[in-house]
Amino acid sequence: MLTIHNLHAGIEGKEILNGINLEIKPGEVHAIMGPNGSGKSTLASVLAGRKDFEVTEGSVEFFGKDLLGMPPEKRAGEGLFLAFQYPVEIPGLSTTNFIKTAVNEIRKYRGEEPMDALAFLKLMKEQMAMMDIDQSLLSRSLNEGFSGGEKKRNEIFQMAMLKPKLAILDETDSGLDIDAIRIVANGVNKLRSKDNAVLVVTHYQRLLDYIIPDFVHVLYNGRIVRSGSKKLALELEEKGYDFIKNEIDVSEEVNQ
Amino acid sequence: MNTIEYFKERFDLLQSVHKDSGLDIIRQKAFNTFNKMGIPTTRHEEWKYTRISGLFNKEYQFPVTQTATSLSQKDLDAVRLPGHEQASELFFINGLFSFPLSVVRSEALVVMPLEEAAKNEYKDIVSKNFGHSSNYLKDGINALNTAFVQGAVFIHVKKGQIPEHPIYIYNITDARSGNILSQPRSLMHISENAQVQIVETYTTIGLEESFTNQVMEIIVEKDARVEYYKIQNDASHTNQVSTTHIRQVGKSYTHTVTISLDGGIVRNNLNVVLDAEYCEAHLYGLYFQQGQSHIDNHTVVDNVKPNCFSNELYKGIIDDNATGVFNGKIFVQPQAQKTNAYQSNKNVLLSDTASVNSKPQLEIFANDVKCSHGCTVGRLNEEGLFYLQSRGISEKIARSLLLHAFAVDILEHIKPEPIRKYVDKLISERLEFDIT
Ligand SMILES: Nc1ncnc2c1ncn2[C@@H]1O[C@H](COP(=O)(O)OP(=O)(O)O)[C@@H](O)[C@H]1O
Ligand SMILES: [Mg+2]
Repeated sequence: MLTIHNLHAGIEGKEILNGINLEIKPGEVHAIMGPNGSGKSTLASVLAGRKDFEVTEGSVEFFGKDLLGMPPEKRAGEGLFLAFQYPVEIPGLSTTNFIKTAVNEIRKYRGEEPMDALAFLKLMKEQMAMMDIDQSLLSRSLNEGFSGGEKKRNEIFQMAMLKPKLAILDETDSGLDIDAIRIVANGVNKLRSKDNAVLVVTHYQRLLDYIIPDFVHVLYNGRIVRSGSKKLALELEEKGYDFIKNEIDVSEEVNQ
Repeated sequence: MNTIEYFKERFDLLQSVHKDSGLDIIRQKAFNTFNKMGIPTTRHEEWKYTRISGLFNKEYQFPVTQTATSLSQKDLDAVRLPGHEQASELFFINGLFSFPLSVVRSEALVVMPLEEAAKNEYKDIVSKNFGHSSNYLKDGINALNTAFVQGAVFIHVKKGQIPEHPIYIYNITDARSGNILSQPRSLMHISENAQVQIVETYTTIGLEESFTNQVMEIIVEKDARVEYYKIQNDASHTNQVSTTHIRQVGKSYTHTVTISLDGGIVRNNLNVVLDAEYCEAHLYGLYFQQGQSHIDNHTVVDNVKPNCFSNELYKGIIDDNATGVFNGKIFVQPQAQKTNAYQSNKNVLLSDTASVNSKPQLEIFANDVKCSHGCTVGRLNEEGLFYLQSRGISEKIARSLLLHAFAVDILEHIKPEPIRKYVDKLISERLEFDIT
């Protein structure tokens, strides 16, 4: 479904991603871990189409289509979703109006009729209940004054409403207590099917206790330096990122 | 060209026709001021960024006596605001108040020619308050309105009374057969313990140019409550200077919302004089300009007495080659201790050729006060745009949603629901996306 080939990207001439290669197939869960500043959010943003970053080399295909040539809304229409590490507050735009517009825009992209108002309301209430989101958030401005946990749950709620084929979660677990992590994981697991995939970006492995990954990749200095199974996450947890850093930095010195 | 000589000729004619109205002395004084100052040029400190003198290079018809209007029922109906069936509707045609067209639908209201009020039981109110705005607006354009005051209206809200529905005031200019200068004038008196909502609009019918030079003065007595809504959405070949001068002479509450969506050159003067202790004033404004239009909001909050509160928020969206000016003065007079005065002006520029000039001006002569001001000029929030787009919303609609969201905290201060919905619809049409 997603094929990343030798992806290089940066900002204002500064290279952040240094040749990422990654293949995600339907049904799979991938985790990307790595120390702060290694480029995890940059990768997620580049995939979602943030304009600030410039792709200097490489390609990304999504269901065989050139992802990088599409504006963000088309990527969403094609089934990509990014749960933001820092969801944006939009005073004056109600959560309901926002979700309704998003759902219907994506339906329009897919050639479907707008959702009937009653059906929409029903679906929304169900999904909110699942994410343990208070109904009062609906009439409030999008993310404005939401607590950290509310923002993250709101991201997963949006995901549940939009039903993407590939969901990228950027540190959705950060700042969440264990109950909230369970709720978020439950939301994600509900979406999982043989046709959908999830890319979990996280600093810690604890979310991976609930969303069990098929593959774990370690990102360091803009490159995937290690890939493995769930066990790799546990190893990182135990030894910390320094052991990877030391290994890589040593081998880079040797190579020079 | 409407030279001073031309105005002089019209003035002499007016004075000879309307002798002894009790206003002729006031007119004469104002005409002398006008004669001295003329139409303000950009050399005038308060008119630095708004150029209206050039508009007087052309000839305007300038009606000084009311004739029956040739506007059709259909023309008039097109001007009416939603909710007009219940509202009291007041019409000015070419600057002259029209009694035949106006309908007062509340026992709480008294509406009469200003000339009459200047002579009957209201004469003290008139003499004490009429022309008070000229203490704040020292320029020829304010004087020009007063010099030709005629066909003006006096509106009185009775003591302790609350009209159930708003007053709608329609300023109509009939520019079908020539350029028109219209100068509506009104004096409103909101008695003790009374409450009223006022909504005012400006419409030019016809393709010739119009220049509206309006002055409304509002006196607010103790324990009264006034909401005033100005909606400006006239065509781009129309220009106006619109003055709303509010004087709170007893502990009272006022709330104004100025919505400016279109017009050629639009200059608003909003003065709020807090002339009693414990007054409260809220001033909101939203301007959304495109094309070549120019909007200038000059506001004054004058804290004359102690313990008053004022809050001001003006927001602007400027597109194309449009220009905006915000000048917000806050005066705190030496005796006005414990003043709380807040002001904020926020602007979004949508094009490289749009511009805005924002200037807060605080003159504080008391020491125990809380005042703050701030202004921002920026672009549409790129983070927000990306966030919405990442949810499948096209860039165009995402922009519309963000701009609507920007406007919302002004719109929500329009309390009469039909008017709020009406303005919201105008904005949604402008944004080409209806969120509801
Ligand atoms: N908008 C930006 N402008 C400049 N540098 C940036 C920007 N975003 C990220 N970076 C830099 O890119 C590197 C990777 O950041 P990021 O992708 O956020 O890492 P991670 O998510 O793994 O913590 C960091 O050095 C960070 O400072
Ligand atoms: Mg990050």
